[in-house]
Amino acid sequence: MHSELNKLTIADAAAMLRKGEVTSLELTRACLDRIKAIEPRLNAFITVCENEAIEQAHAADQRLKSGDAPALCGIPLGIKDIYATKGVLTTCASRILGNFVPPFDATVIAKLRAEGAVFVGKTNMDEFAMGSSTENSAFGPTLNPHDLERVAGGSSGGSAAAVAAHECLGSLGTDTGGSIREPASFCGVVGIKPTYSRVSRYGVIAYASSLDQVGPFAKSVRDAAIILRTLAGKDPNDSTCSARAVPDYEQALTGDVKGLRIGVPKEYFVEGMQPEVEKSVRAAIKNFESLGATTVEVSLPHSSYAIAAYYLVATAEASANLARYDGIRYGLRVKAEDHIDLYNQTRAEGFGAEVKRRIMLGTFALSAGYYDAYYLKGQKVRTLIRRDFDRAFEKCDLIVTPVAPTTAFKLGEKMNDPLTMYLPDIFTISVNLAGLPGMSMPCGYDENNLPIGVQLIGPPFSEEAILRAGDALERMGTFAPRGIAV
Amino acid sequence: MNIEAYEAIIGLEVHTHLLTLSKLFCGCSTRFGAGPNANVCPRCMGMPGVLPVLNRRVVELAIRTGLATHCTIAPYSIFDRKSYFYPDLPKGYQITQYETPICKGGYIDLPSDGDGQPRRIRLTRIHIEEDAGKNIHAAGASLIDFNRSGVPLIEIVSEPDLRSSADAGAYLRQLRAILRYVDASDGKMEEGSFRCDCNVSVRKRGATEFGTRTEIKNLNSFRFVENAIDHEVARQIEILEAGGRVPQETLLWDPARNETRLMRSKEYANDYRYFPEPDLPPLIVEDAMVEQIRATMPELPADRRARYVRELSLTDYEAGVLTSDRDVADYFEATLPGLKNRKAAANWVMTEVLRVVRESGKSINDAAPLAAEIGALLRMVEDQKISFNAAKTAFAAMVKSGKSADTTVAELGLAQVSDESAIAAACEKIIAAEPAKLAEYRAGRDKLFGFFVGQVMKAMGGKANPKVINDILKQKLAG
Repeated sequence: MHSELNKLTIADAAAMLRKGEVTSLELTRACLDRIKAIEPRLNAFITVCENEAIEQAHAADQRLKSGDAPALCGIPLGIKDIYATKGVLTTCASRILGNFVPPFDATVIAKLRAEGAVFVGKTNMDEFAMGSSTENSAFGPTLNPHDLERVAGGSSGGSAAAVAAHECLGSLGTDTGGSIREPASFCGVVGIKPTYSRVSRYGVIAYASSLDQVGPFAKSVRDAAIILRTLAGKDPNDSTCSARAVPDYEQALTGDVKGLRIGVPKEYFVEGMQPEVEKSVRAAIKNFESLGATTVEVSLPHSSYAIAAYYLVATAEASANLARYDGIRYGLRVKAEDHIDLYNQTRAEGFGAEVKRRIMLGTFALSAGYYDAYYLKGQKVRTLIRRDFDRAFEKCDLIVTPVAPTTAFKLGEKMNDPLTMYLPDIFTISVNLAGLPGMSMPCGYDENNLPIGVQLIGPPFSEEAILRAGDALERMGTFAPRGIAV
Repeated sequence: MNIEAYEAIIGLEVHTHLLTLSKLFCGCSTRFGAGPNANVCPRCMGMPGVLPVLNRRVVELAIRTGLATHCTIAPYSIFDRKSYFYPDLPKGYQITQYETPICKGGYIDLPSDGDGQPRRIRLTRIHIEEDAGKNIHAAGASLIDFNRSGVPLIEIVSEPDLRSSADAGAYLRQLRAILRYVDASDGKMEEGSFRCDCNVSVRKRGATEFGTRTEIKNLNSFRFVENAIDHEVARQIEILEAGGRVPQETLLWDPARNETRLMRSKEYANDYRYFPEPDLPPLIVEDAMVEQIRATMPELPADRRARYVRELSLTDYEAGVLTSDRDVADYFEATLPGLKNRKAAANWVMTEVLRVVRESGKSINDAAPLAAEIGALLRMVEDQKISFNAAKTAFAAMVKSGKSADTTVAELGLAQVSDESAIAAACEKIIAAEPAKLAEYRAGRDKLFGFFVGQVMKAMGGKANPKVINDILKQKLAG
């Protein structure tokens, strides 16, 4: 038996499961043991589903024996606590949903269940996915496995840290403005935000509906492709979900990127960026060239407006999406005199500071008399940003950029300055505004041994090309994982 | 107070449930009368993570209503979120249509009130939206039933073209008839599936500017609408006559006290913060779909009304009554085959049949005998086989027994006697028995003719043909 089963990739584990070299129960136990050992320090999970996971592992082993088991059968995964999981506590890292047990599964959860995947637990996050550090969780911050004084990134910090720390073989996050790609970069794992509409959002607790997208974290590009293959596809429960056929993303990993035209946006290499980040990303671009790709400079002139547009559109949608948390039907209810007071008290106690800030911002942006100046203007900027990308993709197949301007920052470092806190997503937000697919993957380390990520952005539904390029880069092995702190 | 110096300006917003089996954005049943919270799911309860999926049947029914009211059908419309907090609104916002309703423009023609001029009431828009749940306040507790939450509604907004409570009543009746004709709604006000908000203002006759309007919310009977408008118009005139200004307010109608009371004033008006619903793609309606629906449209009340006047020589009023409900009109038409006297059939349906329907509280098809049997009964009158009064007797029996006209007339022995020799014999007998009356009659007291007819009819057990009695008596009395 493998000494550290929890360190396996999904691809390797799946092969071993099929050969009978390991059972799902062994894999699952290895992950659960790891969780027990390091969770007190890492806090990547809000809820650990030990009993459910062992039950699922048993069922998966039966299915594996029958010889008819899909790729993810028996694979232990972590699930961001933003996904509705039937019968399992789903908090969205908020006190207001601190006792909420959904009566239904999110579509992607149902798909993973159907494949026989094992859910080891619900991972930590910024409350309602609002944040870039997972410090906004009502259940305490998740720490970075590479340096426990640093943040894991956010909002899907728990899912990224859990994979990096080998608490599970892969995980699910969501990405509204960079919430998969930034923590992937900070934790040194692969994270994909697919094209908007590629994956169903049904059962994913909404932050900003027109920006939210579901995606996987994994230890390798191949693993990410394997998970995404299962997640993607039409869903009658989500009217915005695309009916386009889902390619076999794993099959796309040929290693061949000859002739690939890589766009490098001049606006994305800005002053103030950590020098090692720029160095590593430029090195990754050079690596692509050495594999036969060509590079071309492109321009995304409206990039500087992206953060402003994002915080108008996202908070506007959030202000409506979060209106349902009123203490009437589920979740926290604070005793009160009348129903207005009930709303006020419940929401005052239930929501954290960042969530309140964004609800207020969004409410203001939609108010009579301000709609045109704010929300509508935000939407117009969004169109301009999409056009920037359309134009850029006339000249290139993929765009390569940094994921974040820095590596993981220290806990508390930016907590008291919301505007500074909004900056880590500066390179990722445009991708959500334009609805494009983007992937973050490791491309190096800084002098503190903290991982650096590179972002690959493609036109709509170009996930195959992104994964193929990422896999080719990964195969070069120039940034093999280093040891972690836990 | 000089009421005559003022003119009321009234616009109506009607909310009506559409006749679908499932809700607007989920598969839950829309059946009325189920136990509390029996027809709910995570989606219509607004649980975290749920998304709306549009029920296509709702779009069809909204288009049917739009076509029936001469609206333009929008090829592209979007849904919006309307934010407000209320315990029975599970998502904290309502999904509705705001800037781009599915139907625009259009009009409804009201039946003329005798002067032959139909009144055209313009429509602003028809849009699709979801209903909220229902709060129940009982014994110190507040309970919420979400069965109605997510039931599809259309809101039909009129221009301020109505001038009186009578106009408003006529408009609502006509609108409800149209909705029922096109199978869009059952229009059941008592079940809350047809509700009305009234916007009312008054101005001096001849003025061109509108006065400040008030809105009376959620009226669920024609009578309440009419009473509330009358009350509100009088109240506003009183304020203006006293030199005051009408404040812009939202009012509720209290039917028990017959008065409006304040719901909220403009200072507390909601800012609904509309914005496009990001969970639903734009609603694209292809021309082909509209044409397909147009091809299945029934004859509408106004057309049917015009046809009855034109082809059956009914008055506008009669045609209006008969076409106000599609079932009544269908029933009426089913009595006609073989009848010469269409007017008699119209009168019969309007009086005898509709009285029975009204008294039973049921639908015409459940409460009244088969239309074909009424036709048969009226043919017997037309052929002088029974008297008009006998027909009424037979009808009453048929309502109870459900038997055919033939059987009923036979069983009750209502067939008219037209046998001239029998009638002549009866006449002779009566004349012989009343020599004094005969003398008076012959001396010029013509009025006694009726007495003799009555006596003969009585002698014949009421079954004699009155026309034959008349003819024979006249001869015999003349001597």
